[in-house]
Amino acid sequence: MLVDPILVVGIAAALGAAFLGVTFQRAGRTPALGAALGALGGGGGTLMFMLPLNFCTFELERTVEDVFLGVLLIAAGMALLLVPLRWWFVVRPQRRHTPQVAQGTFKGWLMPWLLLLPTLTVLVLFLYYPFLDTFRLSTLIVQPRARRTPFVCMNNFTGLLGDPAYLRSVLTTFVISAAIIVIGLLLALLIASVAYQPIRGAGLYRTLLVWSYAISPAVAGLIFFIIFNPIAGIANYFTNNLFGVQLAWFTDPSLAVLAVVLASVWKSLGFNILFYIAGLQNVPNDLREAASIDGASTVQRFWFITVPMLSPITFFLVITNITYAFFDLFGTIDTMTAGGPVGATTTLIYRIYQDGFGQGRISYAAAQSVILFLMVIGITALQFRTTARRVTYGA
Amino acid sequence: MSSESLYKDLTLSVPETTFSTNRRWLPKRFGAHLFLIAACFIIGFPLLYAVIVSTQTNADVFAYRFTFGNALADNLNVVMNTRNLGTYMWNTVFTAVAVTVGKTILSLLAGLAFVYFKFPGKWLVFGFVLITLMMPTEILIIALLRFVVIDLGWGSTYQALIVPFIASATGTFLFRQHFANIPSELSEAAQLDGANALQFLWRVLIPISWNTIGALAVIQFVYVWNMYLWPRLVITDSSRQVVQVGLQSLISTDTGITYGPLMLGAVIASIPPVIVFVLLQKQFMSGFAIGRDK
Repeated sequence: MLVDPILVVGIAAALGAAFLGVTFQRAGRTPALGAALGALGGGGGTLMFMLPLNFCTFELERTVEDVFLGVLLIAAGMALLLVPLRWWFVVRPQRRHTPQVAQGTFKGWLMPWLLLLPTLTVLVLFLYYPFLDTFRLSTLIVQPRARRTPFVCMNNFTGLLGDPAYLRSVLTTFVISAAIIVIGLLLALLIASVAYQPIRGAGLYRTLLVWSYAISPAVAGLIFFIIFNPIAGIANYFTNNLFGVQLAWFTDPSLAVLAVVLASVWKSLGFNILFYIAGLQNVPNDLREAASIDGASTVQRFWFITVPMLSPITFFLVITNITYAFFDLFGTIDTMTAGGPVGATTTLIYRIYQDGFGQGRISYAAAQSVILFLMVIGITALQFRTTARRVTYGA
Repeated sequence: MSSESLYKDLTLSVPETTFSTNRRWLPKRFGAHLFLIAACFIIGFPLLYAVIVSTQTNADVFAYRFTFGNALADNLNVVMNTRNLGTYMWNTVFTAVAVTVGKTILSLLAGLAFVYFKFPGKWLVFGFVLITLMMPTEILIIALLRFVVIDLGWGSTYQALIVPFIASATGTFLFRQHFANIPSELSEAAQLDGANALQFLWRVLIPISWNTIGALAVIQFVYVWNMYLWPRLVITDSSRQVVQVGLQSLISTDTGITYGPLMLGAVIASIPPVIVFVLLQKQFMSGFAIGRDK
């Protein structure tokens, strides 16, 4: 061992004690209680990940990356315990709401649990258990027909960080997400800014603009697979007649990415338009009228009043489009390019599929799932923070 | 005309009709109509093209004919008889209906428990349900597949397509929000009449909750209908396969890509979710509005 596990737990406990002790004192509560809880939180948080791992990241033969990941895991475990503790003892008592009067509740202690039983059972079996098992698998080497599943500590993760193919899929995923968001939202805003106004046949127009939401990612991929087909596709028919060029849509890496992006923009356009229309209808007209009296031009009114007023909707759409590009896009990629050419359209989820099921590197794919989960947490945290902010502004 | 100048022209016409006089020489809001018709056409084009191809032979496709061909019956025969599109469609219908109904029932029961009962640890349990929003199936796919196929032995079964998806944090949250906005006099009156919680749910809550039920149902139906990754992994027996994955089998024969049947399959697979979505558009939007309005 590079460091004694007991020492690690001790340091973490001391840090936790200091943190909660000071926080308690500032909030006017007994610092000793805070220090005691903090020591429990810090020590417990360390053990949360390190006990299952048996402190393997601090063994003598490990690399710097291992130690770094180990420290990161300890920090994450501590935060997982200390932040809720702080919330429960310090933040919550301060913003004590009026106690909710439970009016009209039914009696019986067993009934609520019976009502919740089906939901909780399914969530535990098919979400929580696989979730925890993904973490366990990511520290092993698991192969389809191999009996032995040796423990390899953080090797799958350090392997990923040094795998150029993996890092390329990270980049591919970000590029495709960004392209889908920018092109998709601009187009949707443009169309919605005309479609939201009261006009004859507005209902019919709206329906004809938004139905593509219900098309599946796989079908969108199949239709665009035919449209961009090099032999019979009409994309090349048009480019040939207009510019005299035939494009190799599925053998050129950047063109393949473009084809996937176009198919996805088409498929998600309906959803984006639907929400922009709803958002635009909620922008109060008097603001625009006031600006118009002050001499603002139409374009100015649009960019300086309408677009900022739409920012909550835009934010919501950015999040849903990121989720779409990260996960749902699988169907489009699988039917259109199968991740190719030479991995150009292999996003993170497609790589998990290829590594886990194509190559049988199950634990390597599990480690990728853990990293993808961390990204999901990041997106969700962002979502919660802005929701909270909007609520305070709105009220 | 470049799209930018067209756009400026259109936005110019907006406020004029809202709070000033109209232009004289064109029909009312001619530019906006023109723009919207063009937008509808561009959005509709890929599907229109798919419909046209689905009536054509390969020869028509190679000749770039943009009119309906007369091979629709032949193509239909290929997808239904030579291939198993009918089976795939039935499997998808069954799965989508089962998940939608199951999810609605489980979410209604959970919502009832969270709003109309007091029990210790309620907030903890609610948090436990809500946190699953951060666990999309896609990131659990490795462990979930091992559990469902190896431990439960559910490979290539309907229950593998249905059971993992019938509990829903979204649905529970949706009904909790909806029930919380219903005046408590209703449940007090029901209790005075001697009704228990389930009778109250069945006789009072459900009849006034159809809009919320519709909202959840349309979101879930379209979601399950379009599911792809999970059935592709867990179903290996083609007689249990769903249509989204089964379409792959229409892609080619030994003589190359069969364009007409493939596009016909894609069109048939898209008709039910598009109809459901178009009919329940309003409910769909309100579902998101309730979900977001914390």
